[in-house]
Amino acid sequence: MSAPFLSQAFKENAVDALANVELQRALGHVERGFIQKRQKAVDALPEFDALRHEARAIKDHTLSHLDLYLEAFEGKARQAGAEVHWAETAADAREAVLSICRRVGAKTVTKGKSMISEEIGLNAFLEKSEIKPIETDLGEYIIQLRGEPPSHIIAPAVHVNRDQVEADFRRVHTHLDPKRDLADPVSLLSEARATLRDMFLAADVGITGANFLVAETGSSVIVTNEGNGDLTQILPRVHIVLASIEKVVPTLEDVSTLLRVLARSATGQELSVYTTFSTGRRRPGDEDGPEETHVILLDNGRSEMLANEFREMLRCIRCGACMNHCPIYHAIGGHAYGATYVGPMGAVLAPGLFGLENTANLPNASTFCGRCESVCPVEIPLPKLMRHWREREYERHLKPAAERNGLRIWAFLARRPKLYRLATRIGLKALHPFGRRRGRFSSLPLAGGWTGHRDMPAPAKTSFIDQWKARS
Amino acid sequence: MSQRETVLGKIRRGLASAKTAEARRDAVAQRLGQHPANTVPARGHVGQQARLDLFAKMAGKVSATVERVASASDLPETVAEYLRARNLPSDLRMGADRRLADLPWEKVPQLEVKHGPSDGRDHVGLSHAFGGAAETGTLFLLSGPDNPTTLNFLPDHHVVVVRASDIVGDYETLWNRLREHSGDDVLPRTVNLITGPSRSADIEQTLLLGAHGPRALHILIVEDA
Amino acid sequence: MSPENTEHTTASKPRVGLFATCLVDLFRPQVGFAAIKLIEASGCCVEVPENQTCCGQPAYNSGDRSDAAAIAKQVIAIFEDYDYVVVPSGSCAAMIARHYPELFDDAYWARRAMALSAKTYELTAFLYDVMGVRDVEAAFAGNVTYHDACSGLRELNVRDQPRELLKTVDGLAFTELKDADVCCGFGGTFCVKYPEISNAIVTKKTAAIAGSEADTLVAGDLGCLMNMAGKLQREGKHVHARHVAEVLAGMADSPAIGEAE
Ligand code: SF4
Repeated sequence: MSAPFLSQAFKENAVDALANVELQRALGHVERGFIQKRQKAVDALPEFDALRHEARAIKDHTLSHLDLYLEAFEGKARQAGAEVHWAETAADAREAVLSICRRVGAKTVTKGKSMISEEIGLNAFLEKSEIKPIETDLGEYIIQLRGEPPSHIIAPAVHVNRDQVEADFRRVHTHLDPKRDLADPVSLLSEARATLRDMFLAADVGITGANFLVAETGSSVIVTNEGNGDLTQILPRVHIVLASIEKVVPTLEDVSTLLRVLARSATGQELSVYTTFSTGRRRPGDEDGPEETHVILLDNGRSEMLANEFREMLRCIRCGACMNHCPIYHAIGGHAYGATYVGPMGAVLAPGLFGLENTANLPNASTFCGRCESVCPVEIPLPKLMRHWREREYERHLKPAAERNGLRIWAFLARRPKLYRLATRIGLKALHPFGRRRGRFSSLPLAGGWTGHRDMPAPAKTSFIDQWKARS
Repeated sequence: MSQRETVLGKIRRGLASAKTAEARRDAVAQRLGQHPANTVPARGHVGQQARLDLFAKMAGKVSATVERVASASDLPETVAEYLRARNLPSDLRMGADRRLADLPWEKVPQLEVKHGPSDGRDHVGLSHAFGGAAETGTLFLLSGPDNPTTLNFLPDHHVVVVRASDIVGDYETLWNRLREHSGDDVLPRTVNLITGPSRSADIEQTLLLGAHGPRALHILIVEDA
Repeated sequence: MSPENTEHTTASKPRVGLFATCLVDLFRPQVGFAAIKLIEASGCCVEVPENQTCCGQPAYNSGDRSDAAAIAKQVIAIFEDYDYVVVPSGSCAAMIARHYPELFDDAYWARRAMALSAKTYELTAFLYDVMGVRDVEAAFAGNVTYHDACSGLRELNVRDQPRELLKTVDGLAFTELKDADVCCGFGGTFCVKYPEISNAIVTKKTAAIAGSEADTLVAGDLGCLMNMAGKLQREGKHVHARHVAEVLAGMADSPAIGEAE
């Protein structure tokens, strides 16, 4: 489980990340690739903006009727032979998975990519219970070998370079010829494919996430490009779907709209390769597919977000566009956030799921440049929501005293124009002589955060307002 | 209290909706019953030939190969030719779909046709699609004994037959056809929307084909009446 | 100047209140004078209320809503009688135009905030969109590139207006900046709270600027400009930084930002 408290070391993590040459090289792929691909896909679909508005409206409508749509989903899923479990907390969800695995005597479970699984720390829990979880998404497989959490919600191993993958495969795949040639990425893919193929066929239980749940039909929907999510659910006898409650949408039409914005926003694809609607269990006469299907509906703090100023965050469809366009993410990658969810969406979601006191840096580490909001397919006002966390932090006196005091003094002056004028006059008088000769400072007491990395332009001798008054 | 009641109770309290319970239930029942379409991309709203061209173009863009076949009775030879051209062993596996089973396979006696789901040892799976959506070159496949889902994923080559008249502009049209097909109740256990062969970009964001699913997707569009 | 909007005769010239912003007030007064010159030339009369201070953005973005609201009330009271409020900064203009209305729960202040919001503009957007200015009378000998400061770009749609106007400056050569719409890493208090991250971001920005072959960097927000100018200078990159108003007003003869007199 990626321990949420790692977020407390955010600043240190960030400094380390900036100094990590391998990571910085890998991050270049995000900054260049994802942005261009998304833009191309958006430009190719004239209706994209209209679809975004509708996607947002679909989610808003669903959220305001969430209880009813969940009940509708549950009814339909049961009718199709699925068992539906409700879980209030991460621990409840873990227990639900474990008891299913225990009942069917599972020794290995294959897993499709699921952020909920990361959120509830399922792998570590299963291992402790002597059940072997095997991640099958190539990116997830790589980070599982490395013992790392994902650093991106759709490209979990985006921080890893090819050479590192090769080294990991050589380290773990000891049954293969140590002299084999793995220089070509294709050979790495083939090796992973062959290794995992045996595991797919041997697994007792397959666990996938869900990108959507469809209330109309009781279906869960996953999107993948590899096909691993499909092999995970059709080969083992038991299929478990892990889904959080906000994943439900009303109809097949609604899910179609969301799918149209999801892939384009995420990878710039028109549609992911495999979009799979799974409804209940194997039908009489079917010769493949799971004999048992379970859907676990996880709350884990979401019902509280429904009630407060963070409801809009529940529209998120986990496309990753916000982090792909985030200058902070480009600079430090995902691991520095120290939380399951990273980038702008993580900065809003993580405090809600893991507690603000553990994650307060996340919503603060933003310039509010707004690029995330401008690309979010469901129009989540991410900067505004981050600001709401800062408000809570301020109200709860969680901010460092120096910062708080500095701001209070500034606000105190700003509210008293005469005093402000006087104080700034004194300040300018004091500072101007030192900065005048070069026009700037290269170090300044109390401003080390600034002058540690860049020069500071010198202030004016006389303020604009005073100059203006003198003229008129 | 059960977990179910706890979670639903928290949601209801969280919503504290101004609307009456009845109004909310009506809104939901209406949406589910009428399933209104949202904006549907105009690109698929073209004549039949242009639609087939769009389908082929979009599928081609994602590395599927597309071939038009004048008549269903030509399919066995077309499939055999596909295997030959790629130096594949002369066998394939398919389900019980009559549209495939009733074809004149005797025309290609060298080809071994196996039936039923795949256990991972087949080179080629042959399926019949429920339909195709031209907007993204996407195939819709339904699970069941006619077209077992394992055929879509385990063999290295997936050959899919789709009738020209089943290629429509957009997903919505296919959902409506599926609603008619399945009766009002439930979808088949699995509906696979497939857009190109399997791929991964997880190593340095470089796109590689054939991750866990088929390395090749070959689509045969049968021109029918 | 050739304001296409000719309905403003002398008698009915719109009255514009200039909100100079605290950074212009303290660091770069000539931006204020340049703004006045441009607004007057577009056919307005300009006043500068002397009891103005700050828009409250530092408090607002730090989660101090009550101080932000108190400052907002003060700004509303000072500026609400003008026909327009013009701000030579996208982020302070956005604070007033986009965020003031979100600050108040009570209907009375919300209404007043909305009213002020509706007539508050970033400088170049005001000139171009409201006053119909299509060219400026100014000369500048140099190769200029333009950085889109985030708030102006994404909250107020300031993008084409400054570019269109800059292209009418005599002698000015314009070069698009690579990734012009990407944040410079300033972010108000962000740059001192997370100095290493901010530095990494501004380093990419100065690399793009240096790679553009422009000799002058222009933008509409002084905070961002100070950040980029300070980094360019620290790196020894010889690109001058100026506020867009200085160039458009033909007042770019004084030392550039952070340069000696
Ligand atoms: S917040 Fe928006 S952009 Fe970010 S992952 Fe969620 S849906 Fe995508």
